[in-house]
Amino acid sequence: MKHTLSVYVENRPGVLARIAGLFRRRGFNIHSLNVAPTEDPQYSKMTIVVDLEDRPLEQVTKQLHKLINVIKISDFKPDEAVERELALVKVNASSATRSEIIQIVDIFRGKIIDVARDSLTIEVTGTADKISALISLLKPYGIKDMARTGRVALARGRVEE
Amino acid sequence: MKVSGAEAMVRALEHQGVTDIFGIPGGATLPLYDALSQSKKIRHYLMRHEQVAAHAADGYARVTGRVGVCMATSGPGATNLVTGIANAYMDSIPVVAITGQVPTTVIGTDAFQEADITGITLPIVKHSYLITDASEIAEVVAEAFHIASTGRPGPVVIDFPRNIQQQQTDYRVVDKVNLPGYRPTVKGHMRQIKAAYDAIVAARRPVLYVGGGVNNPAAAAELEAFATRLRIPVTWTLLGKGAFPEDHELNMGMIGMHGTKTSNLAIQNADLIIAVGVRFDDRATGNVARFAPQASVIHIDIDPAEISKVVKALVPIVGDARHVLKSLHELVREKNPSPDYADWLAQIAAWKDAYPLKVPEERELKPQVVISKLSSLLAGSDFIVTTGVGQHQMWAAQFMKVSGPRRFVTSGGLGTMGFGMPSAIGAQVGAPTSTVVDIDGDGSFQMVLQDLGTIARYNLPVKMVIMNNRYLGMVRQWQELFYGRRYFAVDLDKGSPDFEKLGEAYGIAARSVTRYEDLEEALTTMLAHKGPYILDVQVTEEENVFPMVAPGAALDEILGVD
Repeated sequence: MKHTLSVYVENRPGVLARIAGLFRRRGFNIHSLNVAPTEDPQYSKMTIVVDLEDRPLEQVTKQLHKLINVIKISDFKPDEAVERELALVKVNASSATRSEIIQIVDIFRGKIIDVARDSLTIEVTGTADKISALISLLKPYGIKDMARTGRVALARGRVEE
Repeated sequence: MKVSGAEAMVRALEHQGVTDIFGIPGGATLPLYDALSQSKKIRHYLMRHEQVAAHAADGYARVTGRVGVCMATSGPGATNLVTGIANAYMDSIPVVAITGQVPTTVIGTDAFQEADITGITLPIVKHSYLITDASEIAEVVAEAFHIASTGRPGPVVIDFPRNIQQQQTDYRVVDKVNLPGYRPTVKGHMRQIKAAYDAIVAARRPVLYVGGGVNNPAAAAELEAFATRLRIPVTWTLLGKGAFPEDHELNMGMIGMHGTKTSNLAIQNADLIIAVGVRFDDRATGNVARFAPQASVIHIDIDPAEISKVVKALVPIVGDARHVLKSLHELVREKNPSPDYADWLAQIAAWKDAYPLKVPEERELKPQVVISKLSSLLAGSDFIVTTGVGQHQMWAAQFMKVSGPRRFVTSGGLGTMGFGMPSAIGAQVGAPTSTVVDIDGDGSFQMVLQDLGTIARYNLPVKMVIMNNRYLGMVRQWQELFYGRRYFAVDLDKGSPDFEKLGEAYGIAARSVTRYEDLEEALTTMLAHKGPYILDVQVTEEENVFPMVAPGAALDEILGVD
């Protein structure tokens, strides 16, 4: 079972090591991790996707809270948050396959950000599922290289009824 | 006025009320020690090994309730503190460890005596700091002491590079700390306390299971008042020893692997466990899956992460044990219930009669005999006991009666051999008028015996009683019971010193006891001696600690009791 945690931390040296070390020591598995500054440069936001297997999420969040540099933790349930990933994919493209690939990328609302004689580089954002779907469609052409960010997430705004 | 970073550190420590530091100087702390030499408020105790400095700070903190401070230079000095820091972390003891570091300009270059001590200690500290500018010092020290001593206490490391010690800065006093990510919950939630109250008055077979979280005078007083008012029997963990009066009719003794049969049967038959300041350590619970099968659990702890970590709590209460017990007691006073535990108390009284901890009757130097004799000689006086780790530690927990909280200093969670004599140094410095007795093992003692030099230098009147069985006794016991008596690497006979001569070498009074007939006189002489004393008691070699719940067994599967 994967959970997305959004962890608001003090932007100080060593904070990432403290958090990574805690996950390792307590035997929790980090599936993906994204760290970036927030609108306030004193703080950073980490989006951590944790693979819990059968262990209670509560232990992860309680242990994280014990770290002095951790300010706030949000645990996002899938329908309460918007989540996105970004991927850059360099795929083999000959003159024969180029237009076919561009069509596929269009359907996924991706962008071609680099064109070479024998390859295309594609940028795509979306949920992890959408990105995995695109990658599986591109695979037959031959993926030369790829980089995926971890997941980032925000709580959905409230909709007044 | 500008001062050096080193002077700023000393002033900040003085401002925290620090009066004693245990340490060893080195290249990376020369500026700091130069500043320390000018302090009129802080006494520095020069140790012989940094591990002993850390344990001494730990023992000092356990006895005084104040933050213990140790100091070491960079690299090997700092790494020698690691065991002591881990020990303080496992037992939740407030210690601030200050380490020298190579200059910030060369950090990361594998400079001479460089070790990444904040990295190395990451999993065993409550928090740590690497100071990178002298202007941070006052704030870092204020935060470190606040973090170490509040909430669930623990060790904090301050790594202090040499060039920052020399950097000029404006020192200003810092009293208020700003830690948005650190706000321990002290008072329990009233709704939860009411739920606990309801469970307690509905219970028929309640047990109080208490630990390190109540081993301070304020919490212990609340515990005694509460338990006595409702007449709830009490069992304690190793770290809870002294938190509840040992001669109280509701005292059942220690829980767990070497606990009393009464305590363990009470847990296994209880319908309600009120766990206060404990963390359900495996040495206390035995087989967790079969722990207290009939009981619901109320868990009171200041650390939310401990609640339901091992055993699921029906009523979790996050808060300081003292405050929560006080609120619970107030509720009891207000509602004045009279729950009927009479049958349960009769059952417990019957178990206590049937399964007392027995002192062997043989006129031999059995370790249990030695400790209970020592206990009766000390009774009524102002004394503190420290221990190493192993068989002697368990016998001390079983047969030494201590007079109250903060009086039994032992390494519980980490089980650090060699803790007894160093923590006795810290305890004696922290409580100069108390009699400090280190009940030690020959194996434990030999791990730290270089610091007899510290005891001699400061003439600390520590009494060291070595329960000398010429074995790593606890390992030998396990080899005997679980490995078909195949003793291997446990025999310390060859190569151990003559402890009388060792004492003589350090100018410390020492004596060996080999006959039962001499025991009482030897103990009396030792206790009457003004200075430090080593008493090498050559006890029965192959004595085992019982009762025993074997590893993996449930608490009611008890070996060694008829």
